[in-house]
Amino acid sequence: MSRLQIHDVSVRFPGMNGGEAVTALSGINFQIEPGEFVVALGASGCGKTTLLNLMAGFIQPSEGYLTLGDSGISGLPRVACGLELKDQITGPGQDRGVVFQKHALLPWLNVLDNAAFGLKLQGVGKEERNERAADFLKLVGLEDFHNHPVYQLSGGMQQRVGIARGLTNDPQMLLLDEPLGALDALTREVLQELLLEVWQETQKMMFFITHSVEEALFMASRLIIMSPRPGRITHDFSLNFNKIFLETRDARQVKSMPEFIEMREKVLGIIHGDEAENGGAH
Amino acid sequence: MKKLTDPMDSLDLTNAKTLPMTEDVTEQNSTLLKRFFSIFAAGPVKPGESYGAPGQGKSLAISLFTTFTLLFVWHIATYFQLVKPLFLPSPISVIQRFWEVATEGFGNATLLEHTGWSMMRVFSAFFLALITAVPIGILMGVNRIVRGLFDPIIEFYRPLPPLAYLPLVIIWLGIGEVSKVTLIYLAMFAPIALSARAGVKSVAIEQIHAAYSMGASRWQVIRHIILINALPEILTGLRIGVGFGWTTLVAAEMVAAQAGLGFMVLNAAEFLVTDVVIMGIIVIGIIAYLFDMFMRYLEKKLVPWKGR
Ligand SMILES: Nc1ncnc2c1ncn2[C@@H]1O[C@H](COP(=O)(O)OP(=O)(O)O)[C@@H](O)[C@H]1O
Ligand SMILES: [Mg+2]
Repeated sequence: MSRLQIHDVSVRFPGMNGGEAVTALSGINFQIEPGEFVVALGASGCGKTTLLNLMAGFIQPSEGYLTLGDSGISGLPRVACGLELKDQITGPGQDRGVVFQKHALLPWLNVLDNAAFGLKLQGVGKEERNERAADFLKLVGLEDFHNHPVYQLSGGMQQRVGIARGLTNDPQMLLLDEPLGALDALTREVLQELLLEVWQETQKMMFFITHSVEEALFMASRLIIMSPRPGRITHDFSLNFNKIFLETRDARQVKSMPEFIEMREKVLGIIHGDEAENGGAH
Repeated sequence: MKKLTDPMDSLDLTNAKTLPMTEDVTEQNSTLLKRFFSIFAAGPVKPGESYGAPGQGKSLAISLFTTFTLLFVWHIATYFQLVKPLFLPSPISVIQRFWEVATEGFGNATLLEHTGWSMMRVFSAFFLALITAVPIGILMGVNRIVRGLFDPIIEFYRPLPPLAYLPLVIIWLGIGEVSKVTLIYLAMFAPIALSARAGVKSVAIEQIHAAYSMGASRWQVIRHIILINALPEILTGLRIGVGFGWTTLVAAEMVAAQAGLGFMVLNAAEFLVTDVVIMGIIVIGIIAYLFDMFMRYLEKKLVPWKGR
């Protein structure tokens, strides 16, 4: 297992229609250790998706670079900061699975074929890839839905397929961009618990984006809070509510712990402070 | 018809005996009328959808109503000789002509031969457009060089009426089959290519990103994501394309044709055989409509996920 490192990264987007350039991220320095569940929290527009896209390799940084273990993801000199990089990956790859908010499943394939799609791309034989995909579909509770068309599933079940698909390639980390954002409150809580169980089971690094404070506190072993204009990381907390949940299996009790409520107020304070500073634009 | 649970209705029932007959008859009439008009109702509204998107519900009955009304008005107008048969022959005489042309022929060919020639022309053009316009449209979507090459050509000739470039096609390709098929092909090419291109553009960026993060190559993304995603719009384009093909048929058969539905109509018009003109128009319309139905069926089978 290797860590993901972000070295002094900035991202600037050219302004639309000749407008002013947007600094989406500025001076980001941080790393994700093996086995960590990192949650990024912040108002919309503070650069969370941009950060995730960088980690996934979908976009390149304007400055700085990213590494995963001893290979680079993007934007890097081959020898960087004394690190001799073995080989240079300059884009997305199987070592980082991505789960999107929506629109990312393939509606012409059934549940099993969606989950096995990554293996198919790599030329894994039908029998083996179906077997491996079935394992992960079982992990997310979809063992009875292999042949269903995905467009007939509920939003929650579609996201389960998305999670299984992200895992079937056996990536080192899973990047999740508001995966539960479009779900109703009840389904959302069920999937929060499911994701924590998946995390415990697979020991993958997780990078999870949300703008729900409660969800962030519940899921994170590390919580980073981001602030807009320019997008940057302002706070970095270590938390263990997820571990308490995995021991007690009682989410409501965890979410009503005095420590949880205290932390929630603190984080809400930080975010609202931000908003006041920015004229409440978001 | 009457719900016994409704106190008002049961009251009615008890009084029914004392009511005079006439009342009963009008009531029967009104329910008959209601039943008649209920044919045109939108059909059962989905629960909670009374404020749904405008225009929902069934429209088949209304369409049938329009069709039969038109036929009826046509029949009345000719039956009472409100219009001279030269301008508008009666539906009966059109049907008679249909039979006559089908068995004896018109202009040296039977109806089947006319239809066969026209379908041959339209569908060879369609086949050529299928194997050229679809790939070119897709390439225009995924490759800026191909887009740059074809964009000005297509955008320039697309709005031109085929009649405008028909003389040029004849000067270049002669008066044989080649120029006829080419004219129809050109009319189909633009809508098919443009819809294939639009289909490529309609893919969600999330799907492309997901495929890349599962280790897809650029070619795999095109093959497994973009092409399949473009399928619904390609099928729509083919439907529209064939429509344009039938529209252009008459123009294509204007010069030096020996047979064909368009030729038949034009030839009949020259000799003022109006019933053959109308019959030809109806046959073209029906064939085009049947093919469109077939394409819609194909759409349902091939892309059941369309719009989801
Ligand atoms: N492709 C792009 N082109 C121009 N500006 C962009 C682009 N993507 C994001 N931005 C801008 O960068 C900022 C951060 O966006 P994003 O990372 O999507 O925020 P978040 O996910 O936290 O809501 C926003 O101001 C957004 O308008
Ligand atoms: Mg976002």
